Amino acid sequence: MLKDLFPKKKRYATIAPHPSARDKVPEGLMNKCKNCSEILLSKELDKHMKTCPHCGYHFTLSAPERIAMTVDEDSFEEFDTELKTADPLSFPDYLQKVEKVIEATGLTEAVITGRGAIHGKPVVLGVMDARFIMGSMGSVVGEKLSRAIERAVAENLPMLIFSVSGGARMQEGILSLMQMAKVSAALSRHQSAGLLYISIMTNPTTGGVTASFAMQGDIHLAEPGAIIGFAGRRVIEQTIRQKLPDEFQTAEFVLQHGMIDRVVHRKDMRATLSTILSLHTKGGEDFGD
Amino acid sequence: MAIDLPFEKPLVELRVKIDELKRFTEEKGIDMSEEVATLEAKATALAQAIYRDLTPWQKVQIARHPDRPTTLDYARGLCDDFVELHGDRQFRDDPAVVGGIARFGGMAITIVGTQKGKDTKENIYRNFGMAHPEGYRKARRLMKQAEKFGRPILTFIDTAGAYPGTGAEERGQGEAIAHNLIDMVGLRVPIVCIVTGEGGSGGALGLGVGDRILMLEHAWYSVIAPESAAAILWKDATQGQRAADSMCITAQDLYRFGVVDEVLPEPFGGAQRAPQEMIHTVKSAVASAFEHLCCMPVDELLQKRYEKFRNMGVFYEGNDSSLQD
Repeated sequence: MLKDLFPKKKRYATIAPHPSARDKVPEGLMNKCKNCSEILLSKELDKHMKTCPHCGYHFTLSAPERIAMTVDEDSFEEFDTELKTADPLSFPDYLQKVEKVIEATGLTEAVITGRGAIHGKPVVLGVMDARFIMGSMGSVVGEKLSRAIERAVAENLPMLIFSVSGGARMQEGILSLMQMAKVSAALSRHQSAGLLYISIMTNPTTGGVTASFAMQGDIHLAEPGAIIGFAGRRVIEQTIRQKLPDEFQTAEFVLQHGMIDRVVHRKDMRATLSTILSLHTKGGEDFGD
Repeated sequence: MAIDLPFEKPLVELRVKIDELKRFTEEKGIDMSEEVATLEAKATALAQAIYRDLTPWQKVQIARHPDRPTTLDYARGLCDDFVELHGDRQFRDDPAVVGGIARFGGMAITIVGTQKGKDTKENIYRNFGMAHPEGYRKARRLMKQAEKFGRPILTFIDTAGAYPGTGAEERGQGEAIAHNLIDMVGLRVPIVCIVTGEGGSGGALGLGVGDRILMLEHAWYSVIAPESAAAILWKDATQGQRAADSMCITAQDLYRFGVVDEVLPEPFGGAQRAPQEMIHTVKSAVASAFEHLCCMPVDELLQKRYEKFRNMGVFYEGNDSSLQD
């Protein structure tokens, strides 16, 4: 028969790798760029401050990573770590959700506040973390930011807030909405004291955070490609019954529409902040003195 | 012709029956007054039962009723010489926000508020009371003007939210609201805010920072409209009722949280059933609020306004398990 001329594919014995060997492959050794799909070694990614060396895509940073990249080594002193989330609305499953996130991230809430220095110049910082219920703002976030701003006023220091947030936290209802007014109140005192406030918007900065402290800075900076807006893309598309262009609500788009001062690459952020800080002196003296 | 709400249906049907009987009495000359009286007593009891224990979702429906007094109705009903002023001086005049100057009890004041329409045509013109950034900027311009001339400010809030559209985003909806918040904290004149119907999220708060926050009995005020909350939480916008029930959005809830200072009673069945009576209630509440605030030194006023918002929120501190608020 003809088919006898073409022998069947040879069979080989297959040997599965030893289970212990399989376990030794480290987690998260590689990452895929969400924008250009390039495979990146984690080490390489870290070297580029978690931005893609091929397309410049900025990966989301945790608050501790952001602080480490922004302030001088060993200069950060954290404020108000003892504030804890409450459940004023008795909202179904809210506290269980919070506990889970705390366990998974080691954070206490969606913002870390504290004092640090950038090239020796002292600042008060608030850094949000998207891993904590989308960086949403509830009572604790509002309180921590307000206390940090009040300390900046008392100590005559500039205020820096790195935003990343889906907006106000639904599970705390009206009290979340009121945090927008609360942080605004604190910032209004900082403003009246003639102090500098720099708002840095990272991906994404939306909803109640955009409609309050993110847009109340003397200077607004944003990371490339960050989504910055008030209403969510889906909500707008449903309202106008049209697809929105890809660049809608990006940092570059809001720069073009006059809402922010500069789009700054993560690698240049620390130097940019340092320069801006050095250009703001009070009473002829440098902040660092 | 009054518009009836779904939960009012049994009452409406009963009223129709009563009218039929009355007509029958007139036309045929048969005395049915006893039956009519019985039914009327039944209708009164039914109305009591319906309106005494309104659910949050029923209140949301009342708060959206098109026959409720609007900001312009209050402005004209509360004040003399209301002069409407227009425009943000930057882009255009937003019809979803109205404002102007007027005389309230002999005192010149500034009024701003979101404005809904009475019918479909006007609602399209008013964008259903959903403001664009220029609306918030117009309000800010008028409030800054009030500060310059030492006029107290009265704001009316009745909006489902700030408009989520392309132009609104391009012109900085977030920035416009944010700017109002920070400026209203520092305005050196008394501010009284009234939530008259819907208090939808940042769009409501953009006119809602003041010294006294009043709210009508059946109004709602929340971080997000119930339907939108349902769309996010359960991916189903038709579950608005469930969201309304779990999010503490009624005037009574907000009073309990200390977010509003006073709940103003509405006429039986809601403000839409007796607009003049509602306007009268609002008038006397605003009068006593201004009476109290206008004699306060400005620095004390600002300090109290600061503390009012600074103290909002509920959380635990340290090992202490007692709530801070």
